[in-house]
Amino acid sequence: MRKILTLAAFLFLTASLGNAAVLINGAGATFPYPIYSKWFNEYNKLHPEIQINYQSIGSGAGIKQITEGTVDFGASDGPMNEVQLKDFSDKHGYGVLHFPTVMGADVPTYNLPGLSAELNFTPEALVGIFLGKITKWNDPELTKANPGVNLPNHELVVVHRSDGSGTTYIWVDYLAKNSAEWKEKVGVGTSVNWPVGLGGKGNEGVSGLIKQTPYAIGYVELIYAIQNKLLYGKVRNAAGEFVKADLAGVTAAAAGAAANMPDDFRVSITNAPGKSAYPISSFTWLLIPEKFQDPEKKKIITDFLHWMLSDGQNLTEALAYARLPKPVVAKEISAISKIQ
Amino acid sequence: MMVSYSVRKRGSNILMFGLTGLCTALTIGVLFYILGYLLWHGVSALSLSFFTHLPAPVGETGGGMANAIVGSGKVLLLATIIGVPIGFLGGVYLSEYAGIKMASLIRYVTDLLNGVPSIVIGIVAYTLVVLPMGHFSTLAGGVALGIMMIPIAVRSTEEFLRAVPQTQRDAALALGATKWQAITTVVIPYALRSIITGTMLNLARVAGETAPLLFTSLNNQFWSSGWGQPTATLPVMIFTYAISPYDDWHRQAWAAAFVLLALVLIINVAAHGVLSRSKHLRRGPAG
Amino acid sequence: MPPTQILTRPQRMRRKIRQIWGHDNFGHILTMAAGAAILIITGVIFYELFAQSSLSRHAFGLNFLFTKVWDPVAGIFGALPFIYGTVVTSILALLMAVPLGLGSAIFLAELAPPRLSDTLSFLTELLAAVPSVIYGLLGIFVLIPVLHTSIIPLLKNWFGFLPIFGGDFFGVSYLTAGVVLSIMIVPFIVSVSREVLLAVPQDQREASLALGGTHWQTTWRVVVPFAMKGILGSIFLALARALGETMAVTMVIGNNPQIKASLLAPGYSIAAIIANEFTEAVGNLYLSSLIELGLVLFILTIVINGLARLLILATARRASR
Repeated sequence: MRKILTLAAFLFLTASLGNAAVLINGAGATFPYPIYSKWFNEYNKLHPEIQINYQSIGSGAGIKQITEGTVDFGASDGPMNEVQLKDFSDKHGYGVLHFPTVMGADVPTYNLPGLSAELNFTPEALVGIFLGKITKWNDPELTKANPGVNLPNHELVVVHRSDGSGTTYIWVDYLAKNSAEWKEKVGVGTSVNWPVGLGGKGNEGVSGLIKQTPYAIGYVELIYAIQNKLLYGKVRNAAGEFVKADLAGVTAAAAGAAANMPDDFRVSITNAPGKSAYPISSFTWLLIPEKFQDPEKKKIITDFLHWMLSDGQNLTEALAYARLPKPVVAKEISAISKIQ
Repeated sequence: MMVSYSVRKRGSNILMFGLTGLCTALTIGVLFYILGYLLWHGVSALSLSFFTHLPAPVGETGGGMANAIVGSGKVLLLATIIGVPIGFLGGVYLSEYAGIKMASLIRYVTDLLNGVPSIVIGIVAYTLVVLPMGHFSTLAGGVALGIMMIPIAVRSTEEFLRAVPQTQRDAALALGATKWQAITTVVIPYALRSIITGTMLNLARVAGETAPLLFTSLNNQFWSSGWGQPTATLPVMIFTYAISPYDDWHRQAWAAAFVLLALVLIINVAAHGVLSRSKHLRRGPAG
Repeated sequence: MPPTQILTRPQRMRRKIRQIWGHDNFGHILTMAAGAAILIITGVIFYELFAQSSLSRHAFGLNFLFTKVWDPVAGIFGALPFIYGTVVTSILALLMAVPLGLGSAIFLAELAPPRLSDTLSFLTELLAAVPSVIYGLLGIFVLIPVLHTSIIPLLKNWFGFLPIFGGDFFGVSYLTAGVVLSIMIVPFIVSVSREVLLAVPQDQREASLALGGTHWQTTWRVVVPFAMKGILGSIFLALARALGETMAVTMVIGNNPQIKASLLAPGYSIAAIIANEFTEAVGNLYLSSLIELGLVLFILTIVINGLARLLILATARRASR
């Protein structure tokens, strides 16, 4: 009995300890998690009394949790759609704002035994492969784009994400823009009914499967291909150029969108025009409610947004994310005042 | 004829026990392989700061998982407080009091509860604790893991109490004890060692659970104060770091997995030591 | 007369507590309350799953169970490939884990000296503490290459004519998931079986040995049958774990919602699809369908447990005859 009492006292004591710092909770997209955790850590060093806790539980979960009100802000790799926006405002009586933070890219990655060439992919080839219509590595659609490369007469093994993900959303959004058939048969979403292929869980699952499976092809976020030393190919953009994914290509893809960004920042930059634009690029967003009940939280969030758009942007490139174009930053700064 | 028969008998004796030894070696071998793998890949991330520092952001070396170690401890403590008493008393009921029909109903339902996938328990804890509270918390994680501990606590308690010889009960009753007195003073102490070992196994089982924590205790880069805030836990940190693209975080994930296993090992060994020191708790005739 | 008057308040309290604690019905009521709590908690979980899946149940009805399509974009959801994958991988896991686990338990209970036995069984139990995600990663980076280079070619060589070993092997498959699961559930079989074997009364063994049985004969014909109920219990605990295992399975099963006869083909399981898609499921019907899958898994457990109970009953009868 005494033990139980001691335990209860201990629980009570620990529960009342250390409430000095303000804790803000956010959750959502996994793709920007490294840069977000870096940002929030740096911000905590600058302002030790503020702790912003960000957890990567998936873009869909980010949208769901901000709508349920269990977190102070959400994050997503795909913008919220009309239905989701309406759900939010029906529930809360006010809207939710999108703030682009950084940009990233999906790359086609492959494992061809004995071949280390950098392959070229046309949109038609990628659509055909993921629709299950192109089944061999030496299909004319592939050999045509890769003169001089001796592609094997072997079955392709298609690998895709099994979990719903922003990476998938960007990938299929790109395929759908290039193929009416894809748009009609498969469609666009964070999870789709894949016509063909194996599913790997998470970027690491897909990377692992591609490493372990000869003749495999799949897609991952750029940083996973770089870190896991996977081969990834160039993709032909809307201007007809084959472009390898890098920060410059992603930045170029955002150039068009940057010039006429809609007021709510919900924009897709896949298949962007421009000679040097990498075509499978995307923004990722923070989802911030228009109203905060707690003025302290509101101040922390708006202060953080200002910092993220200025000093924060300098931290992006070391982690292989592309920084926001200047016009977008300017537009976002004026949008911060919408938060009440 | 007799000789060859007994030779054959002895041969099969050696052969069959040899096979069982092989099974054990195989099982333990897998464990050592995993431990070795974790150590090999995580050793460079293991240092004192691993146990004393908060996680470092990507790109910075050092940093640790002190908050996750404490967070796991808190969640497991809550889970034990919630799950073990219910499970233990339920096991006592099944073994000592329940009629046949009631016992088989509860046993059946316990098996069902045990069969509920951990992620589903996470979903339920989310709708019942997180949504009403309006935020993620250590408490919600403790509730989810606590529910997961109940079925094994019930079944192991029942199993071990049943193994207590009837003579022990009869002796206590003959001395004039009531049934409840006989249970608390004779039956439970007799089986206590096994029950505590069972509880340890139970803790070990839920200590590595990731899925039910993702939507309940979430995670936290910082120290979590009290019981109402999201908290870091080792399995969720392992999960997050293992699926990240960075080598340094992978190493930390392996190191954390190694630490988690080591902690479980220490808990087990400690329980074992404490129990075998107190003489009257020793197992009865079989041991 | 009653000495209560001269007792202080705390003394009275303590006395009162002792009275309640000492009352014979107290234990009965207390433990029964715990039993009731278990029923209530399980009931609440079932109710939550049932209530939250109502949208999907109304949209698809029983067809949900027999539909092979899972198309989140078109909003068509069916559970069949997942049910199939869950059952197949769990059975595979048991086929491998039961001999391994029971063998180890016999060794630890009957042959190993007590101290060694305790140490080894602790080590076995540690396997249960390895986080699923670690099993998943080891499955991809260690198990799959081994299967690829040595085991699958052998299997195909000897049994390639069987449809269950037909088709191409990509690494991720029902079989891979079964192997990973079997390792994950072995500790449950070992630890519980060992305990029940140890609990078999010594006189049972002595009687058999006195009749001239060898140590092995005694173990196999007397000790194991005596402990059979407990052993079966451990197997069903393990089965329940296998059915619901999430993270590790989803990393090695291939996540392909199709039904294939070959064990070497990629498949899918119920827990895996919930884990894969729950975080990203936007749209109420989608979410509701995932929760209905949780409900299906729950009901699957009810059915399998029911069968298990019948089996235990049958063995118990045979043993008592």
